[in-house]
Amino acid sequence: MSSKVHVQARINGDDVEFLCEPRQSLLEVLRDVLGYTGTKEGCNNGNCGACSVILEGRLVNSCLVFGFEIQGKELQTIEGMGSPEELHPVQQQFLENAALQCGICTPGFIVSTKALLDKNPDPTEAEVRYWLAGNLCRCTGYDKIVRAVLDAAKAIKNS
Amino acid sequence: MSTNGYKVIGSRPIRHDGVDKVTGRAKYGADVQLTGMLYGKVLRSPHPHAKLKGIDTSKAEALPGVKAIATAADLPQIADKIADLGEAVVNLRDSSNNVLAYGKVLYRGHAVAAVAATSRHIAAEALELIQVEYEPLPHVTSVLEAMKDDAPILHEDLKMTEMGEETDKVSNIANHFQHKQGDPEAGFTEADMVIEREFETATVHQGYIEPHNATAEWNEEGHLTLYTSTQGAFSVRDQLVEILQIPVSKVTVVPMEIGGGFGGKISVYLAPVAAVLSRKTGHPVQMTMDRDEVFIGSGPTAASYLKIKMGATNDGRITAATAYMAYEAGAYPGSPVGAGAGCILTPYRIPNVQIDGYDVCVNKPKSNAYRAPGATNAAFGSETVVDELAEALGIDPLEFRIKNGVTEGDRRPDGPEHPRIGCIETTEAAKSSAHYGASLEPSSDGKLRGRGVASGYWFNFNGGRSAISVSVNDDGSINMLEGSTDIGGSRASISMMLAETLGLSAKDINPRVVDTDAIGYTDATGGSRTTFATGYAAHATGKALICEMKKRLAQAWEVSADAIDFKDGLFSYKNDEEKRGTFKELSGKIGGTGGPLVAQISTQPDGSGGGAFATHIVDVEVDPETGKVDILRYTAVQDVGTAIHPSYVEGQLQGGVAQGVGWALNEEYIYNTDGGMTNSSFLDYRMPTSLDLPMIETILVEVPNVSHPYGVRGVGEVPIVPPPAAIANAIYRATGTRMYELPMSPPRLASQMAKNA
Amino acid sequence: MRNLTDGREQIEVDATNIGELVAQLDARFPGFRARLCADNEDRIRPNIAVMIDGRTARKSMGEQVAEASEVHFLPAISGG
Ligand code: FES
Ligand code: FES
Repeated sequence: MSSKVHVQARINGDDVEFLCEPRQSLLEVLRDVLGYTGTKEGCNNGNCGACSVILEGRLVNSCLVFGFEIQGKELQTIEGMGSPEELHPVQQQFLENAALQCGICTPGFIVSTKALLDKNPDPTEAEVRYWLAGNLCRCTGYDKIVRAVLDAAKAIKNS
Repeated sequence: MSTNGYKVIGSRPIRHDGVDKVTGRAKYGADVQLTGMLYGKVLRSPHPHAKLKGIDTSKAEALPGVKAIATAADLPQIADKIADLGEAVVNLRDSSNNVLAYGKVLYRGHAVAAVAATSRHIAAEALELIQVEYEPLPHVTSVLEAMKDDAPILHEDLKMTEMGEETDKVSNIANHFQHKQGDPEAGFTEADMVIEREFETATVHQGYIEPHNATAEWNEEGHLTLYTSTQGAFSVRDQLVEILQIPVSKVTVVPMEIGGGFGGKISVYLAPVAAVLSRKTGHPVQMTMDRDEVFIGSGPTAASYLKIKMGATNDGRITAATAYMAYEAGAYPGSPVGAGAGCILTPYRIPNVQIDGYDVCVNKPKSNAYRAPGATNAAFGSETVVDELAEALGIDPLEFRIKNGVTEGDRRPDGPEHPRIGCIETTEAAKSSAHYGASLEPSSDGKLRGRGVASGYWFNFNGGRSAISVSVNDDGSINMLEGSTDIGGSRASISMMLAETLGLSAKDINPRVVDTDAIGYTDATGGSRTTFATGYAAHATGKALICEMKKRLAQAWEVSADAIDFKDGLFSYKNDEEKRGTFKELSGKIGGTGGPLVAQISTQPDGSGGGAFATHIVDVEVDPETGKVDILRYTAVQDVGTAIHPSYVEGQLQGGVAQGVGWALNEEYIYNTDGGMTNSSFLDYRMPTSLDLPMIETILVEVPNVSHPYGVRGVGEVPIVPPPAAIANAIYRATGTRMYELPMSPPRLASQMAKNA
Repeated sequence: MRNLTDGREQIEVDATNIGELVAQLDARFPGFRARLCADNEDRIRPNIAVMIDGRTARKSMGEQVAEASEVHFLPAISGG
C-alpha cells in the first residue's frame, strides 16, 4: 500500500487541496475523492472521451492522467461550465438541438467542444467531426451533436 | 400549433432532464456514493470452457482492506424455472449461474468470484490472490461447429427441443422451431428466378458508453436497496428476488440515470453479487465493470449463420421463400433467433414460406438483446437476396419492394395478420425522396461509388405494464411519477402526451422516474414500448384527471358534473362566463372540494397495433486498394406512427443508423484459437466516430397506430435493421462484389474484391 | 406443434375461451395441452405467446375468445 500524496490545484477557479494515492488517476480523484461526478468513465483507457477535462488550457482524458500530476495546475471540468441559471452557449445549443439521448457522453462532448471553440471559434463541419473523433457517442449518430457545436460557434460569435 | 391538430405533440420542447445532463449534475449509477461504501470487483475465467474444481480465497481474504469474498456457494441453488420478465423470457437457474459460475465456466470472462474491499485497487489486487483450480475442457465458439454431433457439449443436461417437443438428444442446439405457410416447393416451381445464398454475421456488442454498475445496501432489517443503471428497475427487482430467493417486499430498486442500454441492460450481472457482498460485510458495496469486462462479461448479441432462398416470377412477384437461421445463444440458451425469425421476411407478401430457427449454445458470453434483437442479422441476409432478385429481374429495388410490400390484412410469416401499418407508404416515401432522385456523381480519384437500399421490420412490443402517478399543484403544474427508464428523452415525450390531454404545456409537467416502492409495476424500457405504453398510461391519467376535475368543479360551481364540458383545453358549463377556465386556471380554485387532485393509473395495452417498417438509402465510396468504405450520404425513412417529439424520433433513427453502420463495417468480436476475445477495448472494437459518418437524413412517415390514442408507434429499434444490408447492396453497386459476411471490414472486402477480380 | 396435428397449420374449433380451446385441441390431438402448459398448470407456459386476433392475450385459461376469432400460439420473443 502506497502512502498518500498531498496535492494542491485550482479546479474551476477554486483552490482545492486533496490527498490521493499515487496510483489513482485524475478521473478517480475527481469522482471518488472530490465528488466531481460530472466527469464520466466510459473506458478508463483513453478511447472514449467521456472523461474529458481541460488541464492548463489543453483538452485531456482524465483517465490517462494521474491525480498527483495536477499539482499546482489549473483544471476545468464540466462542473465549471455554466450553471442551470446561466448555461454556457455550448450547453444551451446541446439542449436546443436535442444533441443528447442518454447523456453519459454529454459532459465529455461539451468540455471537448469548449476546448475546440476556444481554439477555433469558427470551425467547419469537417473540423468539428475531426476534433470530436475522440469522443464516442453510441446514441445519437453525431448528427445533432455536430449541429449543436456549429450553432454554439454561431451563438458565441453573435454574443 | 403543428399541422397534426395537436398543440404539444409534434413540437420540440427542451427535455426536462436536459439541464442536469448538460451540466454534469445528473446522477448515473456509478455516481452513487454512500457512507462506508466498499468497492467490489469480479474475478473472471481465463478459460472458455472448464470444470471448476476448487476456489481458494484464503490469501485474498488475508489482504488488508479486503472485507468479503463471494462465490456461487453464496447464492441459493435454484431449480430450472422459466420466468417471464416483462419481455425477456429467461431460465433463472441460468441467470444465477451466469452471475457467479457454478460447477463449470462456460466462456472466457465468466464470473467466478467477487471481492469487496475498501478501495478499487485493493479489490483488484485481491483478485490476483484468489486461486482457482480449473480443468479445461474443449470449447466451441462458432454456431456451425457447435451444431455438429461431435462438438464439445456445454450443458450435459440440455435436451434439444424439436418443434416444441423436448427430445432425448443432448445437444448444443437448445431449440429448433419452424414457421410455415403454403407450399414452398410448389412456390419455387412457380418462380422464374430463384436465388439462394448463405450469410454469416459476427458477435457484436451494444456498445453503450456507460459500463454496468450496481450499488447494494443490505441493511440490518434484511431490506435490500439496489441503485443501478437499468432499462427496467422492476425487472432487476424480479431477478434479485429469484436469484437471491428473497421476498419481493424486501427489495427496493432505485433506477439511476442510464448511459445507454440498447437491450443489454435488462439482465443483471453485478446486482446480485453486490447484494451478497453487502449482506456479508454489512456495508454498501458498489461494483462497476471495466470496459474489458463489459465486452467479455456482459451480454453481446448473437453471431449467426443464415441460408435464404427466394423465388419470383418475371413480373416481379415473390412466390416463395425459405430461411434457415442458426443463432448463437452464447453460454446459455436464449438467442434472439425467435425475434429474428418473426421479422426476417415480414415486409413482403409471400404465399409460400418456411422459416427454421435454431438456438445454439457456444462458449461465448450469454447473448442478449440488442436493438431489434435478431432482426438486423436476418435482414442482412434477406434484404441482400431481395436486392439480387430485383436486379436479376431488371426491376428497381424499391419498386420490387413496393410491389411485394405488405398491407393491412396480409399475414406475417409467423401467422398473425398485419393491422394498419406503413410498409408501403415508407418504401414509397423512400422512392420519391430527394436522395433517391439525385444522381450519384462518380468519384474523381479512382474510388468506387454506389447506392444501395434495404428495408426492415421490427414487431414493436405494444404491450406490457406501465404505471403513472400524478399530483396536481395549486398553480396547475403536475408532478408526474413514472417507472419507465428514460434512455433517450421519454420523460419529455410522456409528459407531452399528458400535457396534450389536459391542454397544458410540456413545461407544466414535472416528470420523475422513481423507485420500485414509489410506483406500480412497470415493464422495462425495451421492445420500443415506452413512449407507446407509458404514453398510453399518461393519456389515461390525463383522462382520469379531467374526470376528477369535473367532479370537483361540479361541487365548486354547484352544477352537475355531467353538464361540464372539456374541449380544447377549456372546462365550461353551458355558456356561463363565470364557469369556465383551463385546467391550469382552475387547479388553484378547487380548494375545499376534497383535498389535492391526484390520480394513479396502471395500464396494460393489449399488444395489437402492428410494428415498425423502415427503408434506408445509402451512398458509399469504396477504396479499391484498401477495401475501406466511406458513407457519403444516408437517408432513413420510417413509419413512426405519430412523432411526439420529432427531434428525439429523428435521434432514434440517426442513432440506429450509426450502430447499424458500425455493425456493417467494423464491429466484431475477434476470437483467438484459445477461445478468447482479442479486441476487448474501444480502440480495437471499432465503433463509428463522428469522423466516420455524414449527417443522417431522416424522413418521418406518419401512419398513426390505431391501438394508441395518439397514434404512437415505437420507433427505437427498427432503424438498426436495414443498414448492413443497405450498405452491402451499395458496396455491390460500387464494386460488383457481393458481401455475404459481416462485418464488411477493409481486409475482408479487399480480399473478396481481389478474389472476384 | 404441427407434428401433433398431422402437419395441419390451421384447425377450427368451437370454443368460447382459451381453456376450452386447448381442451378441444388436446382431445383431437393428444399431447397438445402438455405442449402449451407446464405440468398441469392452468396457465400457458411463459415462453409461449398467445395472440387472439392480433392482440396479445393474457395467458389465463379463462381468456374469452369471440366467434370467428383467430388464435395463434407463438414462441415468446424479447426486445431491446
Ligand atoms: S474514460 Fe477516459 S477516455 Fe474513456
Ligand atoms: S447520448 Fe448516449 S452515448 Fe451519447
